[in-house]
Amino acid sequence: MTAKTELDRRSFLKATLVAGGSLVFGLHLPSKSRAEERFGIAEPAVAAFQPNAFIKIAPDGKVTVTVGQSEMGQGVLTSLPMIVAEDLDVDFANVMYEQAPADKAFANPMMGTMVTGGSSSVKMFFAPLRKASAAAREMLVAAAAQQWGVPAESCRVAKGEVFHPTSRRAAKYGTLLDAASKLTPPAEPKLKDAKDFKIIGKPMKRLDTPAKVNGTGIFAIDVKVPGMLTASILRCPYMGGKVGRVDEAEAKAVKGVRAVVTLGDGVGIVADNYWSAKKGRDALTVEWDKGPNPNLSSDGIYKMFADGANNDKGLVAKKTDDLAGAKSKAAKTVEAVYWSPFLAHATMEPMTFVADVRKDSAEVWGGVQAQMMVAQVVGKTAGVPADKVKVNTTLLGGGFGRRFEMDYVIDGTLLSKAVGKPVKVIWTREDDMQGDQYRPATYNKMSAGLDASGNPVFWHHRVVNDAIMARLGPGFGFELKPDQLDDSAFEGAHNLPYDLGQMQIDWVRKDTGVPVGFWRSVGSSHTAFSTECFVDELAHAAGKDPLAFRLATLAKHPRHAGALKLAAEKAGWGKPLPKGMGRGIAVHESFGSYVAQVAEVSVDNDGHVRVHRVVIACDCGQVVNPDTVAAQMEGGMVYGLTAALYGEITLKDNRVEQRNFYDYKMLRMNEMPKCEVHIVPSNEKHGGVGEPGTPPIAPAVVNAIFAATGKRIRSLPIRPEELKQA
Amino acid sequence: MTRLSVNRKAYEVEADPNTPLLWVIRDDCGLTGTKFGCGVAQCGSCTVHLDGEARRSCVTPLKAAVGKEVTTIEGLSPDSTHALQKAWIEVDVPQCGYCQSGQIMSAVILLKENKKPTDADIDAAMSGIVCRCGTYNRIRDAIKKAAMNGGAK
Amino acid sequence: MKRNSTFSNRNALKLALIAIACFALAGFAWKGGVTIEPVDGSVVNEQTIETAPNPAAAMAAFNEAAKVFFSARCANCHPASDVPTQGDNFTPHAQGVTRGKEGKGVYGMKCNTCHQDQNLEGDHMPPGVPNWHMPPADQKMVFQGLTAGQLCRQLKNPKMNGGRKTPKEAIHHLEEDPLVTWAWTPGDGRSVPPISYEEFMKQMNAWVANGAACPE
Repeated sequence: MTAKTELDRRSFLKATLVAGGSLVFGLHLPSKSRAEERFGIAEPAVAAFQPNAFIKIAPDGKVTVTVGQSEMGQGVLTSLPMIVAEDLDVDFANVMYEQAPADKAFANPMMGTMVTGGSSSVKMFFAPLRKASAAAREMLVAAAAQQWGVPAESCRVAKGEVFHPTSRRAAKYGTLLDAASKLTPPAEPKLKDAKDFKIIGKPMKRLDTPAKVNGTGIFAIDVKVPGMLTASILRCPYMGGKVGRVDEAEAKAVKGVRAVVTLGDGVGIVADNYWSAKKGRDALTVEWDKGPNPNLSSDGIYKMFADGANNDKGLVAKKTDDLAGAKSKAAKTVEAVYWSPFLAHATMEPMTFVADVRKDSAEVWGGVQAQMMVAQVVGKTAGVPADKVKVNTTLLGGGFGRRFEMDYVIDGTLLSKAVGKPVKVIWTREDDMQGDQYRPATYNKMSAGLDASGNPVFWHHRVVNDAIMARLGPGFGFELKPDQLDDSAFEGAHNLPYDLGQMQIDWVRKDTGVPVGFWRSVGSSHTAFSTECFVDELAHAAGKDPLAFRLATLAKHPRHAGALKLAAEKAGWGKPLPKGMGRGIAVHESFGSYVAQVAEVSVDNDGHVRVHRVVIACDCGQVVNPDTVAAQMEGGMVYGLTAALYGEITLKDNRVEQRNFYDYKMLRMNEMPKCEVHIVPSNEKHGGVGEPGTPPIAPAVVNAIFAATGKRIRSLPIRPEELKQA
Repeated sequence: MTRLSVNRKAYEVEADPNTPLLWVIRDDCGLTGTKFGCGVAQCGSCTVHLDGEARRSCVTPLKAAVGKEVTTIEGLSPDSTHALQKAWIEVDVPQCGYCQSGQIMSAVILLKENKKPTDADIDAAMSGIVCRCGTYNRIRDAIKKAAMNGGAK
Repeated sequence: MKRNSTFSNRNALKLALIAIACFALAGFAWKGGVTIEPVDGSVVNEQTIETAPNPAAAMAAFNEAAKVFFSARCANCHPASDVPTQGDNFTPHAQGVTRGKEGKGVYGMKCNTCHQDQNLEGDHMPPGVPNWHMPPADQKMVFQGLTAGQLCRQLKNPKMNGGRKTPKEAIHHLEEDPLVTWAWTPGDGRSVPPISYEEFMKQMNAWVANGAACPE
């Protein structure tokens, strides 16, 4: 039977007894899409009464939580089950996860569709999962109470068991499933008091670790489907370019090659196995149409952006009433240009997708961040209805925003459709590096002023870059108009917390033709660098300690200040360092979390920077798994540090110059700083943790380099040439 | 046909002798724990053992493995009880997990040759394996933990 | 590379001699100055000199041959530190590669973890010959950072060249070690030394024949 109840105005719980005697609790959540929030574009409402998270209790007491979010390392396969285990009151050792199929039932309430991104999983699913779990627990208690003929209130629960202390009776959840399924779920279940938490807020072991230490964890590249072929695609290296003439004779002659399929922007080789496909690809001769902008180069883009910063009006993202007046009255004005380059995601697992396109349906396997969009894209590409597309989510070998894209999904689908067999397409590292959707390069023209006492009186920041939403908009069914703001281009700049007097943040949009996309922490990945370094410059111009200057202008932002103070205290801010070393600090809020970092660096005579220690303090609201928070903060920092030290995608003749890890360097073990993470105790609502660790490290390191050497880096990556001792 | 021994099991594979061992292990032997990351020996995700020495299987031709014993992550222990696997679980090292087979296989060689590695030893032994999630400090901790717990087994 | 099949893996000291095979121009001291100062313990056995000693000719020949020793293909594996370099600009080897006691790397980071018995097709693929390695830790046979004269004296010093007593012995391995000849067939995307192998050997033989005098 099925019973349902209203949990709040728009979410519903259903309890269903399924084959095998397990009790399944389904939950429906209200949704609002990001597109709707940002751009006022309505998406079709999510159909009511469809569950979007499942809790399954088996007769043996094992609990399986079906997770719709994708696991890309951020620990969501553990954190969501932890939430369930807490209010259900079961031993976490008896809890396991199961990856959900693509279904609106699992839509991320913030996005209205299944999306793992925006550091939103815990934020979105915490309250509804707790309520569903508490309701399930109350039903189990009610079932026991009914059997015993005692009031439910006189019963207690612990570790998956209901007790009646007075009569000394006990029943395990697994014995109560049938009775519980006949009850009506409570509308307002009582949530556990936070002081009684046994799981939430405690460091718990990740449920996915065992499969990741013995080779059994399945990533897209590991998927095996009967009759499957493997493909490699020689992709057009030119942005917006196309396939011209193809000579496929030699490729077809390679043993194991089954088909050569010309796609619009590449030529696919489908073969019995990967190496045959790769050899076939290497044997191809293709002439390319070099695209609409064959001379596109990094130098040209820099000039275009500089020109835009100096001459274009742009759009105003934030403005106070009298910038001009403040500018004219400033006793001291500081000006600078900050530059952040294009960056690649470089997930460890190159883009990979498996598609089995049949006549009227399709089944696909992939590490994807947006399952329902995948279903739609596969359906459209394969010519089958989206609801006939079964999407299987594998583990993601890194996400960072890259697997939100659909290019590799389309690749696999087209090739399977072309050959009529299941096909696994595996990109090479070079394909991945040259065919990414890059973090937008950003030119920042900045000026700020101080009065005679060194107090800030104005701040003017002009941000020039590509708009991610201009490229992605059509996928959501809208077009970013020239007078429309895309806040992903300047987020972190227009909401700068400091009180710096009159403030204006402008955005000049430039369409370079370079595909740009979401890269871990999105706009904050570059705005933290420009703003936190320039604030540091302003502090020095005012003759003030960078920490003191920040705290003095953060009176209205206690969470920024709290993170700063904790990081500074733990790092020993102000204490002397050995000669040649410097300490730098930065704080940045993104995705609802406030993260401060202090970096200790030294610079050798050749200008090479060594980051010795990073102290991180984060206020991410109420924490589910502190061990995951620590891991994500540290990992996010490493992602940002790698970019600050080495990351740069450059263009020449309309193509990316970097190819692999030898020219797009990764931070390695021997360069890894010591790192400590301190969590600000907080009962505030949840912030994200997957991304907020990334933004503050570049400015913290650059500010530390200034402290160590007196040299101010304003362009990333940090170049040893700029720091070399003369 | 080429004869190959992987995790003490004999295989006869049709692959050309110059095929990278990585793709033979994955596609012909069906052992997918060994990962492809770069194809040019830059990232180390593909690390396996050849007669007890670490090899980047993405650049090792099949012919170089003939007559030798190949060990992959699947062959490290039957039940994930190698001291390093246990330490990896205890420290909760992996995030996305994609590079971790290579990390563990590299660490095995380190502990085989050095029962009490220092930080400098760990740097020298482990800097060939890239972890994009940034789990290096936990890898370091896990190696030390495994060393304390007896290393190899 | 395959033309030399007499290679044997007898001992690591031979390695030291490879050092001899590769050095830079006379008076072309490495920026940053000299990092090692070889003890001049060289012994020139007069009986091995086939023609009348001609120090000027010997020095000229050595200076010419030194271009090879100092070229990137040779000097990259003969660093002053324990970290080999790579590329034509002598960048420290990625992955934090280190020498190890025997010059074969350490732990899971040995030379043959990546370097095969042959070059692999494609730019940036690890180059290879059988037994790819560096000089051992106890006889580092440094090329980087030296002048031609310092290099020359090091080559002649049996305490530093693997016990080769005469210059003739010292250059013998240049003819048989595939690691030497590899420099001229270094694989896709790599430059070769500025003079040919034949020219190089001609100069080295001329150096010996003229008395093996060392440039200043």
